[in-house]
Amino acid sequence: MHIVVCIKQVPDSREIRIDPKTNTLIRQGVPSIVNFYDKHGLEEALRIKDELGARVTVITMGPPPAEKALKECISLGADEGVLVTDRAFAGADTLATSYVLAKAIRKAEETWGPVDIVFCGKQTLDGDTGQVGPGIACRLDLEQLTYVGKVRKVDPQARRITVERHLEDGIEVVETSMPVLVTALKELNKIRRASLPGMIRAARYKPIVWTTADFPDLDRSQIGLKGSPTIVGKTWVPEVRKVDGERITGDTPQQIAERLVERLWSGDLPTRLGWN
Amino acid sequence: MAEQEQQTVEKKEKEPDFSDYRGVMIVVEQRYGKAKAVSWQLLGKGRELADKLETKLYALVIGHEVEHLAKEAGYYGADEVYLCDAPELKDYRTRPYSRVCLKVIHQVKPEIVLFGATGTGRDLAGAIATHLPTGLTADTTELDVEPPPSRLLLASRPAFSEKMMATILCKRYRPQMATARAGVFQALPRDESREVPIIRVENEMKEEEIAARVLEFISETGKVNLEEAEIIVAGGRGLGGPEAFGMLKELADALGGVVGASRAAVDAGWISHEHQVGQTGHTVRPKLYFAIGISGAVQHTVGMSNSEVIVAINKDENAPIFQIAHYGIVGDLFKIVPAITEAVKKKRGLPVGPELTITGGKRA
Repeated sequence: MHIVVCIKQVPDSREIRIDPKTNTLIRQGVPSIVNFYDKHGLEEALRIKDELGARVTVITMGPPPAEKALKECISLGADEGVLVTDRAFAGADTLATSYVLAKAIRKAEETWGPVDIVFCGKQTLDGDTGQVGPGIACRLDLEQLTYVGKVRKVDPQARRITVERHLEDGIEVVETSMPVLVTALKELNKIRRASLPGMIRAARYKPIVWTTADFPDLDRSQIGLKGSPTIVGKTWVPEVRKVDGERITGDTPQQIAERLVERLWSGDLPTRLGWN
Repeated sequence: MAEQEQQTVEKKEKEPDFSDYRGVMIVVEQRYGKAKAVSWQLLGKGRELADKLETKLYALVIGHEVEHLAKEAGYYGADEVYLCDAPELKDYRTRPYSRVCLKVIHQVKPEIVLFGATGTGRDLAGAIATHLPTGLTADTTELDVEPPPSRLLLASRPAFSEKMMATILCKRYRPQMATARAGVFQALPRDESREVPIIRVENEMKEEEIAARVLEFISETGKVNLEEAEIIVAGGRGLGGPEAFGMLKELADALGGVVGASRAAVDAGWISHEHQVGQTGHTVRPKLYFAIGISGAVQHTVGMSNSEVIVAINKDENAPIFQIAHYGIVGDLFKIVPAITEAVKKKRGLPVGPELTITGGKRA
């Protein structure tokens, strides 16, 4: 089997702060990490590799420093890491990103054999869209399984896969055919630590680099900013609506509680909430 | 940087003529014939957008034995409803659903298509936007349009862990598409006098052409659904530990609500993360929100400040949460919360538990 894992190096958005004076993002000093949903995708690929045997290729589109993210994946057990990089790819939205990643997956197939499973994270920490996975599936005509919290079974002979999709209202157990694209949730697995041989290999490893020159049939109108239908207009820091609220006081907790209940019951709220 | 990029695009590209694209379409999501609340909320918002654009509001209902939902879509504001009802569409599956969606979009040519930002909505919208192709904005919390002639959709969403908002535009492609969070927009009052045309659409794929099989759906009825809750009783760092959430649960039960939590309480491991208010994808807009022992960090307040009535209980009278609270109580939450629970039970005529009588209340 051949499994491709798409990853992205992202700023750890949890660490980003807003400058209160200028209302702009403070990006300085924010660490770059491998988007952690993607790492759960990698972990699942490596588990399948351990159990059934597979070649695991990691692909990322990004600027040259993203090589570091690929090396991290190599240290965990990926076979190859490919950096797809070119100034022409910059400014891509999800549509243009899925175009380039789909091209790269096709090229990975030509290089290392047909792909059975593509893993992506459910979304990235910096984009939060969850749209690149479905985009790739659509472009490569793969089956699509999003929000996967568990891979129940992979059957390489029958070319079938069974997973649990974790949705808002419950868990959906779905079986489908391979090739398939799976997007990973945190619940999917526990990410392993790098082994010593893995770290040694990663230290020496030079990621494979593909640029526009490596994709002779690339449609220039579909990449980068030009290939992106969406653009960012205004950005702002949300201001929370302030209200001139009422302080409820009293001599005892009971008195306070009764006064609050009186207020809550004074309008039409109880009727609308179905309180008797 | 983004704004500079936008200007270059505008200089190079002449905007195409989209005059054959008209109308706003809401893709209704359902499971087993029951619609998701977000679908009716989107019809409410869609009605407003369609009126501003002086155009029609369409709904698209896909499923099996879902004709009643087509009628409901009319009651909630749609002018015309497209209905695709077939046994193959009983469970959501990406391929057959996207084929139907694409067919209707090609036929109707709406200028705007909106989906709920649920797992299913995002799965479907992501596939369709790539097929068309067009731009898609995820997880929007504000939707507006520029009036004619521009007719541009202003799709705004939180970015960078809710710390910023960004408006995303799609100028060169139609339809303009977005997914929108549950609980942000308000449904119109259900109006049964609205009987609207229902246009039937043929299903596109036969069962043998569909690879995916839904083997089982394990419904999680006990799962907290903060987005759809009308009453949330949320606790934060001030609770001091997991035990106090039991006290919140009692208040929530007395009110008929669910328990929420701030990120601090979830990160401390006091309560599972499905209770967290304010994380990505969890914007809540209940009618009544209790913030107990929550100081009111921005990440939390952006997720709940649109609640209709907010009650804050905190021992620190300067806690920022009081700035957005309609009713503020400064004091010891461990004394006040049980007293409120008891007062609510008394008011509602519910039995007052023995563990609460010690606080001095009389039996109702």
